[in-house]
Amino acid sequence: MARTKQKRLIIRTSILVVLVAAIVYTIYTSATKEKIEVLGIGDEAPNFKLVDLDGEEHRLSDYKGQGVFLNFWGTWCKPCAKEMPAMDRQYEVFKDQGVQTLAVNIAQSDFEVQRFTDQYGLDFPVVIDKTKSVMEAYNINPLPTTMLINSEGKIEKIITGEMTEQDIASFMELIKPE
Amino acid sequence: MTLVSISGNLLFIAFVCYLVATLFFGGAVKGSKTETTNFEKRWGRIGIVVTIIGFISNLGYFVTRWIAAGHAPVSNLFEFTTAFGMMIVGAFILIYFLYKTPLLGLFALPIAIIIIGFASMFPRDINPLIPALKSYWLYIHVITAALGESILAMSAVAGLIYLTKNIDLTKKSKQRFWLEAVMFTLVLTLGFVAASSTFKFMDYEASFNYIDKEQKAEEITYDMPPIFGMNEYEALTPGTMEPLAETPPIVNAKKLTTVTWSLIFGIVLYGLIRLIIRKPISALLQPLAKKANSQLMDEIGYRAVLIGFPVFTLGALIFAMIWAQEAWSRFWGWDPKEVWALITWLFYAAFLHLRLSKGWQGEKSAWLAVIGFIIIMFNLIAVNLIIAGLHSYA
Amino acid sequence: MNKIICACGHENPEGTVLCGNCGRPLTEEAENLKLVDMRYEGSARRSQTYNKSIVDKIWNFFSSVRVGVWLIVIILVAAAIGTILPQVLYVPATVEADIAAYYERVYGTFGKIYYELGLSDLYGSWWFQTLIGMLGISLIVASLDRVIPLYKSLKKQRTRRHESFMKRQRLFAIGENKLGEETLTRSEQKLTELGYHVKREDGAVLGERGRFSRWGPYINHLGLIIFLFGVMLRALPGFYVDETMWIREGETRAIPETPGFYLESKEFILETYDKDQADDVFDEAIDRVGTIASNYQTDVVLYKKPEDALPGQTDKLEEVKKDSIQVNEPLKFDGFAVYQMDFRLDELRTMHFDLSNKASGESLGELSIDLVEPETHYDLGNGAEVELLRYYPDFSGFEDGEPQTKSPVPNNPAFLVKMTTPETPEGETSFVAIKQTVEPFGENEFKLEFKNVDTRDVSGLTIRKDKTLWILALGGLIFMIGVAQGSYWNHRRIWIHETKDGRLAVAAHTNKNWLNVKKDLDAVTEAASLPPYDDQQDLEALEEKKDGEKSS
Repeated sequence: MARTKQKRLIIRTSILVVLVAAIVYTIYTSATKEKIEVLGIGDEAPNFKLVDLDGEEHRLSDYKGQGVFLNFWGTWCKPCAKEMPAMDRQYEVFKDQGVQTLAVNIAQSDFEVQRFTDQYGLDFPVVIDKTKSVMEAYNINPLPTTMLINSEGKIEKIITGEMTEQDIASFMELIKPE
Repeated sequence: MTLVSISGNLLFIAFVCYLVATLFFGGAVKGSKTETTNFEKRWGRIGIVVTIIGFISNLGYFVTRWIAAGHAPVSNLFEFTTAFGMMIVGAFILIYFLYKTPLLGLFALPIAIIIIGFASMFPRDINPLIPALKSYWLYIHVITAALGESILAMSAVAGLIYLTKNIDLTKKSKQRFWLEAVMFTLVLTLGFVAASSTFKFMDYEASFNYIDKEQKAEEITYDMPPIFGMNEYEALTPGTMEPLAETPPIVNAKKLTTVTWSLIFGIVLYGLIRLIIRKPISALLQPLAKKANSQLMDEIGYRAVLIGFPVFTLGALIFAMIWAQEAWSRFWGWDPKEVWALITWLFYAAFLHLRLSKGWQGEKSAWLAVIGFIIIMFNLIAVNLIIAGLHSYA
Repeated sequence: MNKIICACGHENPEGTVLCGNCGRPLTEEAENLKLVDMRYEGSARRSQTYNKSIVDKIWNFFSSVRVGVWLIVIILVAAAIGTILPQVLYVPATVEADIAAYYERVYGTFGKIYYELGLSDLYGSWWFQTLIGMLGISLIVASLDRVIPLYKSLKKQRTRRHESFMKRQRLFAIGENKLGEETLTRSEQKLTELGYHVKREDGAVLGERGRFSRWGPYINHLGLIIFLFGVMLRALPGFYVDETMWIREGETRAIPETPGFYLESKEFILETYDKDQADDVFDEAIDRVGTIASNYQTDVVLYKKPEDALPGQTDKLEEVKKDSIQVNEPLKFDGFAVYQMDFRLDELRTMHFDLSNKASGESLGELSIDLVEPETHYDLGNGAEVELLRYYPDFSGFEDGEPQTKSPVPNNPAFLVKMTTPETPEGETSFVAIKQTVEPFGENEFKLEFKNVDTRDVSGLTIRKDKTLWILALGGLIFMIGVAQGSYWNHRRIWIHETKDGRLAVAAHTNKNWLNVKKDLDAVTEAASLPPYDDQQDLEALEEKKDGEKSS
């Protein structure tokens, strides 16, 4: 008698616990769904191939062994414009320390991108993602977004929003190869 | 004669047949206590024959209109509501052959008549299908849903008869009040029909400019004298009534005016009826309802839900979800029409549980059946005309 | 737990109402009832037998039908509240701040309160989902609690029941055994004829039919549970993709969240019903409504990038197929579906200008600026040329004297140009926008005069992948089977036995549709000359019978 009572208690408890856990999990995930990133820290940064304004190809894999400061931007995005000069200066500082900078423009015309780089005197390579495929691969939503990729090709950090020059310097420092 | 006009005539014939059949059913019921003498049987038989003739004519309207339009005639409010009325008659015929109750016809046919009358107040022109409706799911989903709803409607008819018979109308009570309220609502619907017909007959039109809720300038044409004016209205048609009040932008003053006129006509109509018959409508109908066997009405009410609930689920939910997935990429979007279909489904599920598990029979069950029908009507009328959404093709 | 021992010797679990063996009422309450409650064959619902620990109490809570009905009603009312004002999904704003502003602006204070209370996103709210979750638990617990005892009872039910059971059935007869030995045999025969499953033992006959319909409710509950399970699965990553993309005619774009697939829009087509070409039948409607769309579709080419290619590499794309995406006809590939949802007509594509002399109006030539890939220099011949200094696709005003653009979409194109002509070799600078020309360095002799513009359409597509669909479909199918099984068939039983004093007792029960079982009982009564039965619940009929007996 006590044994069947015991068995019943176990069965009932387990059923209830499983059900409640499943429901809580579902509600929690659906509440936080928008904030879950498809690509997260520690993931391997997807390789890609894009062409810059001089017609040269850039692959992420070209920079293997170095840190990559990957910035996604557009000319209409004011914070992007604001941080570009700082980015340029820090690029100069770190490019011989093993940190490369690559700016990916989201599907704008060659004209606009060229004018922009001329206006700000940008020296780092700027490529245009005409079909937005790299943007999709990296699941970029707001601009500016910067991906910090370390020398092993993994994502170290994801930054959305404007960066100060100090921020940029410290981020580049972060992905300096050992 | 074009196919369209033949179609319209057939509908009219059906309408008249239902009216005549109602009279015959009334006669069949009015006889002696047990509805079993030859006199009543004959009247009942004539009644059902006339009903069937009307139904065949109604089907004829449906088929000819289908051929003329090139698609199933269930694509706008007029077409759908007319089909719904037709199916209510069909459901009644089915139940009549199972249970042989002319009294059911006396209550069911007038409701079908009111519904078809209501439908006729809306634009009747045949319109070509918009892209979203171009699918065979139009037939499958809409027709099955209408069928399910009409069977469920029969439970409300049986419930109404049960209530009319069993509520003590000599004493003041909540039940007595609400029963008469149901009758009043039916008269209000007639009020809408009366108001629309009167002003249509007068060819009334009044146009206005106004500012809508998005601060855009728009134009609107009323087909009834404008009791309420739109937000910041400006009259365009000379010689029409000056609105008594202006409404804020989120309120559609034209619809409010239509509702108000229906209320006015309905109340006047109800008042006249009360004056003539000198008692509540339920009291007028009670002697007729008393002929019914309560147990039988209860059984019919319950069986109608049992038969109709699966059909309704299939048509209004399952087929609807399949079609929504194909057309709108998501099988459920919580838009008002979908939500109210779900509410209807949940309500009848609650009905069945209360009946089967909690023993809610008799009067409780009858009230639930009537409420269920009100929810269906709300979905048809309020959700289509007032709460707009992806779904309202009115 | 105490067992109840019946007079017939059978041990029944606590809470049993009718003896599982002979059917005698075991509780005083049941004895006092005129008609016994046959819902679970009088067996104890599991939750009634154990209610000691907190787990049991929670279990009993969810097992209760009353609680279930309350949950249904609360969900019903909550859902209705969500239809009062449009939900956030249907509001034309994406950022939180815009959404809040929309509700207040359009619906006033009521709208503001509605939004603040979270009612504007009701169906996604945690409390609504919790209610549904509770309903799910209730479905599972309530079904388990009932179906197991019911199954056991029906399986071991005995043919011969005690008289106290029989006389508490709704259809009951007791009277003379007219045919003696023959009665049971004839009854057996007739029952079998009517499709009943017949058992005979101990001077008693049990005819049973349609027991499978009793499982209907539990099967439909199972269907609902599977359906809810499918809905829950969407929370898991990878099961559900819901993206939108806007694509312009001529563009090739990567399809969001689909690995390696690209879409090129060849053309967007909008067709409306033309009065002249459409059936005459539609004339009135077209007159009344105006334009009625007959079709919108996007003609696309689907590409896949080759295995070794990387994102961004668009030169070696392989064509997969061509398709026309229409409403009701999505493009399907690889578990994904792309739907035609929305469109925007006439986005600006190429603007044509004349370089003209302001005074004389004479044109020195034409230039066309492609808004997607503008050129830097436009040579008009005869010594005139225009240099495009700056391009602002979506001009939004000046800030510190600098023109600004608020997006890359050519909604309001503006250009900063330098015009060089033989008469003005140093060049003149002008800022040209729609309906606005600014000459920053003093008045110019020449200007760019707008001639016309080429446009192109934009298609709004929705990309969907839903791995849970088949589970939902399965749940729906099982639900329909269960609900049909339970609604369209019924479980009928007829008991006939010889009493100890040589009379005959007859009883019948069905879980629904008494008319049918009465018809069957009528047939058997006639075939075996059974005593006539009474419907003990139809008081009106009983009254009539009494009246009839009195007067005769």
